[in-house]
Amino acid sequence: MSAKRMNLREKYQRMTRDLAWKPSYQSEDDIFPQAKYEGIIIHDWDKWEDPFRLTVDAYWKYQAEKERKLYAIIEAFAQNNAQLNVTDARYINSLKLFLTGVTPLEYAAHRGFAMSGRNFPGAGPQVSSQFQSIDELRHAQTQIHTISQYNKYFNGFHDWRHMHDRVWYLSVPKSFFDDAMSAGPFEFVTAISFSFEYVLTNLLFMPFMSGAAYNDDMATVTFGFSAQSDESRHMTLGLEVIKFMLEQDERNVPIVQKWIDKWFWRGYRLLALVSMMMDYMLPKRVMSWQEAWEMYFEENGGALFEDLARYGIRMPKYWEVSVKEKNRLSHEVWSIFYNYGHAAAIHTWLPDENEMAWLSEKYPETFDKYYRPRFDHWRKHHQEHGRWYNNTLPMLCQTCQIPMAFTEPDDPTQICYRSSEYKGMQYHFCSDGCKDIFDDEPEKFVQAWLPVHQIYQGNCGGASVPEVLEWYHLKHGQDNLEYLDSQDRANWLRWKGLTEQAEAVLQKAANE
Amino acid sequence: MAVKATWDYRGEPKDTEDKFHGNQLVYVGWDQHLMFCAPHCVPLPPDMPFGALVKEVLPGMYDSHPDWSQIDWDRVEWLVDSKPFQPDMDKGLRDQGIGHKSVIRFRTPGLDGIAGAAS
Repeated sequence: MSAKRMNLREKYQRMTRDLAWKPSYQSEDDIFPQAKYEGIIIHDWDKWEDPFRLTVDAYWKYQAEKERKLYAIIEAFAQNNAQLNVTDARYINSLKLFLTGVTPLEYAAHRGFAMSGRNFPGAGPQVSSQFQSIDELRHAQTQIHTISQYNKYFNGFHDWRHMHDRVWYLSVPKSFFDDAMSAGPFEFVTAISFSFEYVLTNLLFMPFMSGAAYNDDMATVTFGFSAQSDESRHMTLGLEVIKFMLEQDERNVPIVQKWIDKWFWRGYRLLALVSMMMDYMLPKRVMSWQEAWEMYFEENGGALFEDLARYGIRMPKYWEVSVKEKNRLSHEVWSIFYNYGHAAAIHTWLPDENEMAWLSEKYPETFDKYYRPRFDHWRKHHQEHGRWYNNTLPMLCQTCQIPMAFTEPDDPTQICYRSSEYKGMQYHFCSDGCKDIFDDEPEKFVQAWLPVHQIYQGNCGGASVPEVLEWYHLKHGQDNLEYLDSQDRANWLRWKGLTEQAEAVLQKAANE
Repeated sequence: MAVKATWDYRGEPKDTEDKFHGNQLVYVGWDQHLMFCAPHCVPLPPDMPFGALVKEVLPGMYDSHPDWSQIDWDRVEWLVDSKPFQPDMDKGLRDQGIGHKSVIRFRTPGLDGIAGAAS
C-alpha cells in the first residue's frame, strides 16, 4: 500500500517544526547564547507563522527551475552581444555601483541570515532564516554572473569584491551591513528583514530593475524577475518577524521601536546613493527620487505604520526630515561624486540640457534655484580650464560614513553639522538621525573605519590620489574621471560606428 | 551600557590623535559655498599658526572658486566647534583651542556663492 501523501500543512510540520527537539543535557541558554541579551522576550516560539510554509524539497525544485531559465537567458544575452543594446554607455555606471555596492551586501545577508538561523531558539525562524540565507547566496551569484558580461566590455567591474572593502563610498554600504551583522539576531532581522526589505526595498529594487528595463539592459531585468519571488517572501517574513515580537510581550515594543528608528535612518542614508542613480545616472529615467519617496515611503510606508499603530509602534523618528530632504537629496549626492570623481570607480558627468530641463520640471522648488547655477559653472569650467575636481578630502559622518554634504532640514544652503563628545574625543555627524545612533552605542561607532581618516593615518597605500587608487585596484584614467573623456565612451562610439568621435575623445583624454 | 553586547564590551577608538604622525585632524567648511560638496578634512601640525592655515592651506582648498579672490579677510566671521571665534593669526591652532577633530567654519558676508545660490 502506498503511503498517503501529506498535505502542505502536515509536510511543513514534519519538515520544519518536527526536526527540532528539546535539549536534555545542555541548557537552552547555553545552546542559544544570543537569544536573550537584546531584551526581547519570547514566550512561545511556536506562535511564529511562516505564511509560505516552505519546505526544503519544494524550495530546491522551484529554485533550480528558476535558475536554469535565468542562466539560459544570460547565455543568450552574451551570444547576441546584447550589451550593445543599452540606451547609452553612461547607464553602465549604475551597474558598476550595483555590483560594487549591492552585490557584496547580498553575500553579507547570506552570512547574516545563516547566523540568525543559528541563534534563534525556535524552529520556525531557524528554517525561514536558512532559506533566506540560501536565497541571498543565490542572488549574489546570479548578480555576478549577470553582470560579468559587462566586465568584458567596460571598465570598473574588474575587482568589485576588493573595492567593497576599500573604496571610500563603498564603506557606506559595507558599514551598514557590518553594523547589522554585529548586532544580535533580533536586531539583525529588524534591520534587514523589516526596515530594509519591507519598508525600503522598493526604493532599492525598483530603481535598479525598472531602470534596467527602461534602459534596455535585459540581463539585469532577467535577474530582477528571477529574484522577485524571493524578495516578496523576504518582505512577508520581515513583517512577520515584527508582528511576532510585538505580539509576544509588550515590553518588546520600545526595543523594536528603537531599532525601527535606527534602521529606518541607516537605510534611508544608504539609499542616498540610489537617489542620485535615479535622477542622474539613468539615461532614460523611470521617475524622480522625490516621486519614488512619495509613493513608496510616504504613501505605502505611511499606511504600514498606521497598521502597526495598534501595537504601539509609530512612524520612525526623523521620517519628516527625509520628506524635507526629498527635493535636494539626489543633487547633493551627485555633487559629492562630481567633486570626487577622480577617486571613484564610476564615471561622472554633468546632466545635459534635456536632462537639466527634466530636473527643473521634477524639482521646481529647488533645481533652478540651488543646483543649476552650480552645474552651469562646472560646465563652463570644464570647457575653459578642464574638468573641475575637489582636491581636498571631505569630512565624513561617523555613523553613515557619507561625506557631510547634507544640508539643514530647514535650510538647503547650510551644511548640517552635529557632534558629540565621548571619552574626551569629538565625533561628527551629518544629521540628528546619525548622531542619535552613535549616542546610543558609542562603543560600537568609535571604531568606524572612516576612509578619509585611514588615508591620513597612512593605511591606504599612500597620501596621493594615484597611490590610493592603486590600493583600491583602480586604474587612473581608465576606471575613474569624467565620462565625456573616458575610454568607455570612446569604445561605445566606436562600436556604434562613430570612429572619428571616438578618436577625438581618446585624444582629449591623452592631452589632459 | 554604551553598546548592546553579551559581555562588557569596549571599542577601541580608531582615530585617536596619536595615529596621525604628529598632526591633528582639523575640519574646514566655507559656509554657503556648496560647490565644495562637504567640509574638508586635513591633518595639520597643532602648532601651525592660524595665519599659516589661512595663507597656505585654505587657498589650496578654495582658490578655484570665483568668490575666493574677493574675500575681505577683515570681515570674515569664524566659528570653531560651533562657537563664534576671533582668531589670533600668530598663535598656534592648539594654543587657541583648536584641537584634534575641531571644526573651523567661516562665513564671508556678501559673498553667497555662484549666482548667489550658496554654491
